[in-house]
Amino acid sequence: MKSLEELRQIKEKMQSQVSMRTEDHNHTRVVVGMATCGIAAGARPVLKALSDAVQEQKLTDKVQVLQTGCIGLCQYEPIVEVIIPGKEKVTYVRMNKEKALEVLEKHVKGGKAIAEYTLKENK
Amino acid sequence: MPEISLNVLDIAQNSIKALSTFIQIFVHIDYSKDTLTIKIEDNGIGMTKEEVKKALDPFFTKRKTRDVGLGIPFFKESCEITNGKFDIKSTKDIGTTLEARYNMSHINMLPLGDINDTIYTLIIFNTKIDFYYEYKVTKKNKQEKSFNLSTKEIKNILGDISLESIEVSNFIKEYLKENKMEVDK
Repeated sequence: MKSLEELRQIKEKMQSQVSMRTEDHNHTRVVVGMATCGIAAGARPVLKALSDAVQEQKLTDKVQVLQTGCIGLCQYEPIVEVIIPGKEKVTYVRMNKEKALEVLEKHVKGGKAIAEYTLKENK
Repeated sequence: MPEISLNVLDIAQNSIKALSTFIQIFVHIDYSKDTLTIKIEDNGIGMTKEEVKKALDPFFTKRKTRDVGLGIPFFKESCEITNGKFDIKSTKDIGTTLEARYNMSHINMLPLGDINDTIYTLIIFNTKIDFYYEYKVTKKNKQEKSFNLSTKEIKNILGDISLESIEVSNFIKEYLKENKMEVDK
């Protein structure tokens, strides 16, 4: 069995790099709908893939992955919204893990929205 | 919902919206009785008797973005179609407890699914809320094995280090995975 003892070692290693995370308004926000409709449609793996990728690629100082409730577009779930400061919000619909990672790569990191996955193109 | 662990995630989201600060999730697989019991207990705003009745009705919801609330009805249904027993208890200003007991070998039984993912998602995306999670397995010969995860305990050890930092979140992922495997053995 794994015990919490290991955490003490992790803490010691990390003492030097505390308080790097601040809430600031320059973050790009990636928001995943996690109400009943989103969860039933497959939002959990989408949320996890995005947060894992943001951590692994060390983007946490630029990108925040968040969850939200139902936004009233249940038939389009899983929904991912990308909000880059100073730009209009882009709503992606019927996401899966692969598409979400593509959005992270091309839109969040690359700055170019993927038109074919957006709500506008799928209405 | 294609798997029961998604119902757990969904029900816990209700607890979060009900302003809970402490949510407890118990999963007990009992092979000697052929049952899976799931209990979700919160200390949120709770409901009156009238509100509990409404919560069981799919066409009741507190949200304004759509007119149906399927979370609790889905959970109840998934349990009752296995001839199981579903119970909801709530007290205004004290909290809500939901318990579902499934008959595992019933033909309508859904898989528990990735319960680790549900617990991980809840913890990492709601770091201000405390979670207690217990996973227990009783074998046919009544031998019992279990493990638990308490975010209060983790936060006590970590002090001001965030649960969201990659080292800590990876630890939580591994902790859930290894200990579940050990208990399932």
